[in-house]
Amino acid sequence: MIDLVISFILTLMVLLMVLNLGGLLLWVERKGSAILQDRIGANRAAIFGKLPFNLGIVNTLVADPIKLFTKEDFVPPGADKLLHTLAPIIALVPVLVTFIAVPFGDVLIIGDREINLQAANLNVGLLYILAMVSLGVYGVVLAGWASNNRWALLGGIRGSAQMISYEIALGLSLIGVVLTFGSLDLQAIARAQGHLIGGWIPAWGILYQPLAFLIFLTAGIAESKRVPFDLPEAESELISGYFTEYSGAKQATFMLVDFVEVIIVSGLVTTLFFGGWQIPFLMRDGIHFPWGSVLHLPSVLVALMQVGAFTLKVLFFCWLQIMIRWTLPRFRYDQLMKLGWRILLPLALVNVMLTALVILLV
Amino acid sequence: MDQITFFALALPLVVVAALVILHPNPVYSALCLVLTLFILAVYFLFLDAHMVAALQIIVYAGAIMVLFLFVIMLLNIQTDPQESQRKGLRWAAGIGGGVLVAELFLLLRRTPTTGGHDSLPEGFGTVTVLSERLFTDFLLPFEITSVLLLVAVVGAVVLAKRQT
Repeated sequence: MIDLVISFILTLMVLLMVLNLGGLLLWVERKGSAILQDRIGANRAAIFGKLPFNLGIVNTLVADPIKLFTKEDFVPPGADKLLHTLAPIIALVPVLVTFIAVPFGDVLIIGDREINLQAANLNVGLLYILAMVSLGVYGVVLAGWASNNRWALLGGIRGSAQMISYEIALGLSLIGVVLTFGSLDLQAIARAQGHLIGGWIPAWGILYQPLAFLIFLTAGIAESKRVPFDLPEAESELISGYFTEYSGAKQATFMLVDFVEVIIVSGLVTTLFFGGWQIPFLMRDGIHFPWGSVLHLPSVLVALMQVGAFTLKVLFFCWLQIMIRWTLPRFRYDQLMKLGWRILLPLALVNVMLTALVILLV
Repeated sequence: MDQITFFALALPLVVVAALVILHPNPVYSALCLVLTLFILAVYFLFLDAHMVAALQIIVYAGAIMVLFLFVIMLLNIQTDPQESQRKGLRWAAGIGGGVLVAELFLLLRRTPTTGGHDSLPEGFGTVTVLSERLFTDFLLPFEITSVLLLVAVVGAVVLAKRQT
């Protein structure tokens, strides 16, 4: 019974963390784009135009979602009503459940109970994540088809072709990581990055798999369909692609899906290549300095520091992705396919071969 | 897997599988097939075959069915009224289906009903155990299957190149 309560709380924590971060990223993106373009950006919002003072962050943070959710929900004539409504939900569910396999801390020891800080400890963790990511295509395809709009259909078809193409490079880049750490369980992978090379350098995945990191990040951004890979949206060609015919809450859902995908890519990059919740020199019982002395810390504090470190790393990569989104221009369609099939896929294969060779020889 | 779980999953599974062939709209048919594969994956989960469940979703629900849907949308296949008028095809489908059902019943009578959840070996269905079997006892069938897939890929490329 108590185990059930604990896993419920952990799952709820992960869900709320992802949803809150998704809402926050909407604001970060607006402000971030403004900074990059030398504007001030969204800085005021008042209730019924009456509020005399400006609440800054809180105001814009709340105003955007409220505005989106109170707008008219329009279904175009000739559209498939059922699928038009279902598409945003089908897009949202797989990305929301993906994060349960990602660990956000080591263990929290309360009394004699050890709580693994991960919502679901799956033996097939990485495969589960790939499975959920592969289901994300349906929302895009169905939204494009159900809208009864040519631009939307084109966007949906582009989206499915792009996501399937980059899934292959994404999956292959992970094989190198799996070979290095010898596990598909993300918590095991995060723990394996805890030891130190030569007593000083933390053994994070990026040191073993730099090429896989670059391939994974590129393919991950392509999976989340953001600039420079935003051909399914391509506002200058397709109005706004597969969600052209969406308004109000449904459109807000598609925006949320985009941001949650950014968070997932950040969470996976953090866990696989940057030590997950690891802080260098911080072990389960305290800080082990490289010169030998040990600073003992209580378990709760250690767990809190780890969760904090994980959150900071995830936020950094979210910020990086938003910076990339507002820096680069969009690829042309043939360039997109060329990058996926002719550059990333062979590179990923070479990475698998090299990793296997090194493991065999060492 | 207890009986309640089995039937709670079996009912939607049969309904959705029937809808694949009964629904007039090909897009809905394809979606029902996705749901069928998804529920099958849940069955694998309850049978402790986690890896098979994950692969089922990645390969079938996530990749193959997306391509099905892609083709249906690209060709803009609509419901074809002439299709249902072909009586001969209906007869052939009925006979084929009947033979399949008869085979199923024959198999059902031969399958032993003993053996349960308790007899599972240690680590059943985990990646380590499954891949160990795959790369030792079943290495040859595994490699032959991959060669078969490669042949299919090469064949597809040859067919696509021929038109230009």
